Amino acid sequence: MSARLMTLFVAATLCLLSFKAMAIDVKSAVLRVDYQTLLSISRYDRQQDDFGFAGAALADEDNSTTGSFLGHTYETTTVATTPEEAEAALGEILSSGIKLVVILARTEELLRLTDQAAETGALVFNASNADTTLRNDQCRANLLHIAPSNAMNADAVAQFAMWKRWDDWFLVSGGNPEGQVIADAYRRAATKFGAKIVEDRTFEDTGGSRRSDSGHVLVQKQIPTDTQNADDHDVVIAADGTDFFARYLPYHVWTPRAVMGSAGLRPVTMHGSHEAWGATQYQTRFEALNGRFVKSEDYNVWLALRVVGEAVTRANTAAPEGVRDYALSDAFELAAFKGQKVTFRTWNGQLRQPILLYDGSITVSVSPQEGFLHQRSVLDTLGLDQPESNCTAFN
Amino acid sequence: MRTFATCGAVVALAAGSLLAAPAMAGKAFVSNEKGNTITVLDTETWEVLEEFPGGNRPRGITVSPDGKLLYVCASDDNIVRVFDTETYEEVFTLPSGPDPELFVLHPSGNPLYIANEDDNLVTVTDTETRTILAEVPVGVEPEGMGISADAKFVVNTSETTNMAHFISTEDYEIKHNVLVDQRPRYAQYTADGSRLFVTSEIGGTVTAMDIAEDGSPEVIGKISFEVAGVEPEWLQPVGAKVTSDGKRLFVALGPANRVAVIDAQSLEVLDYILVGQRVWQLSFTPDEKYLLTTNGNSNDITIIDVASEKAIKSVQVGQQPWGVAVIE
Repeated sequence: MSARLMTLFVAATLCLLSFKAMAIDVKSAVLRVDYQTLLSISRYDRQQDDFGFAGAALADEDNSTTGSFLGHTYETTTVATTPEEAEAALGEILSSGIKLVVILARTEELLRLTDQAAETGALVFNASNADTTLRNDQCRANLLHIAPSNAMNADAVAQFAMWKRWDDWFLVSGGNPEGQVIADAYRRAATKFGAKIVEDRTFEDTGGSRRSDSGHVLVQKQIPTDTQNADDHDVVIAADGTDFFARYLPYHVWTPRAVMGSAGLRPVTMHGSHEAWGATQYQTRFEALNGRFVKSEDYNVWLALRVVGEAVTRANTAAPEGVRDYALSDAFELAAFKGQKVTFRTWNGQLRQPILLYDGSITVSVSPQEGFLHQRSVLDTLGLDQPESNCTAFN
Repeated sequence: MRTFATCGAVVALAAGSLLAAPAMAGKAFVSNEKGNTITVLDTETWEVLEEFPGGNRPRGITVSPDGKLLYVCASDDNIVRVFDTETYEEVFTLPSGPDPELFVLHPSGNPLYIANEDDNLVTVTDTETRTILAEVPVGVEPEGMGISADAKFVVNTSETTNMAHFISTEDYEIKHNVLVDQRPRYAQYTADGSRLFVTSEIGGTVTAMDIAEDGSPEVIGKISFEVAGVEPEWLQPVGAKVTSDGKRLFVALGPANRVAVIDAQSLEVLDYILVGQRVWQLSFTPDEKYLLTTNGNSNDITIIDVASEKAIKSVQVGQQPWGVAVIE
């Protein structure tokens, strides 16, 4: 072999090597814990088999299209499990070498699974849990929150109420712990934005079927009487964490007032008719792929995996610590069909994001509302601000 | 059959009139995204002459080199509608692929390069045979379309992939991909083809690239914006135009309701011109005396005097004006 040919050969090999070094095969998983619950009040709220997973399918397509220009591939495994089998299911995911896991679970399981993931250095994205304590005392260094907290959701509703000058609230909350956690978020939001809770009532969950034939007849008799004799109020705020009563409030409350919170005007991250800021394209892609409308949790899973995709694209890493570092860095920003970039709060790993206020058919408004200001980002007027968070895992 | 004959005549007429430009007052055509109409304005008096149906959700808008034909992306009709700029009659339609939003016309008038947001494609459509010549797979949500001075490259920006894709007009292969900031909306070459600007709506920046002789890009800098009293989130660069001498770049800043004036050489932001609400796309009058802006939320256009870099007038048009094209 002549010297010239040799040089060429070496150059070609180097070229190949450098290309190989850039190529990344990104493997992630979505783990969904399914619980035994009573059926939802509305059939529209039934959980589909591909709940959350549908967002992963779209994220894989989107990320793969971008990756095709850069030599990156994306593959997401989806697993549905039960609370009892969740640890084993995650164990299997982790032992297959996957270190990026999106989880949909309640607080107890989410914390247990996050700590289990930490043992292998894996990074977890919370795509469904709104428990504010997870962004506070119970935060974890390897847990990033895509789902907004109860505090963010309540603040989003509260800002809209204040913009409307509906500052006298009738709070109706579920008597169970799930309802009280949300009610506390609204009580906190009232103090934060200067609203007054003029009436505070609880609705006890006495069990029984959520649906019965012609059940509306009873509802129509019960709800007005349950809500009469309340002090003068501008709006009814519903706090229902288990979907057992809030859906019955609109139109049935004694005083003709709008309902917001867990029914009526609800805070969501996405819904199937949101079209502003280019979201129509997102809806079209999602529906073509999954054959149904998007739910908030589908979008949250999509967004979690887009965070991964962005880290891979910009920072050339799919390692959990690399993705985490990039997501929490000043360089990170992501377009999410919300009219402004979304970023992470460095003090508790919560995604900063606008919240859509949805009436069941259209986006009625988007919080933060005009006029609510913050020295860092107006998005930090929603949820736990840095001085309010007791999270130390991110220090 | 009748339609076809009429169209043939129009094309023949268009080709013939390249030699002699008619002496008459100019016209601006504004696509009204929500009103489904095109507003026509006189570019001397700035009076509205006419408002005619533009198909469903008209957005991208441009004119043939001879000024005879008006091309409109009727996004919700999944088609490009072509109108006579004199009679405002629809003369023919062009296949565009689904949801066409923006396009760029070859300087010769053929073909038309169209971004299909839903299908991650750029569609190349022959404006004479009215057939699709090629479909080029690009990144997620293709939007901005620019064409180099020598017409050798079409640049497409993909809003979710966040890249500028440099597509060769010879073989329709992507030759270069450049990562830019979040949600790139518009690509604008200088007239001499030596520089390219790509706006990033959510990133809040404009990426400037120097373009080599062979068309390959090199990022030379990023322009960012700052306006006292305006939240940084609302400084969202969308439409952009550069003067033909390559000296001034104007960038529409969306919900900031301002057009930024930038030294296109040094990339320094010189000024901000207050215009209408949600300023979206821009177009010069052919003599470059005026720059027109479409203001989607105040339903008007603002006329900027290019020499003095001042807004001189706003005119009400249809519902949610999106794009604007001007003929002599």
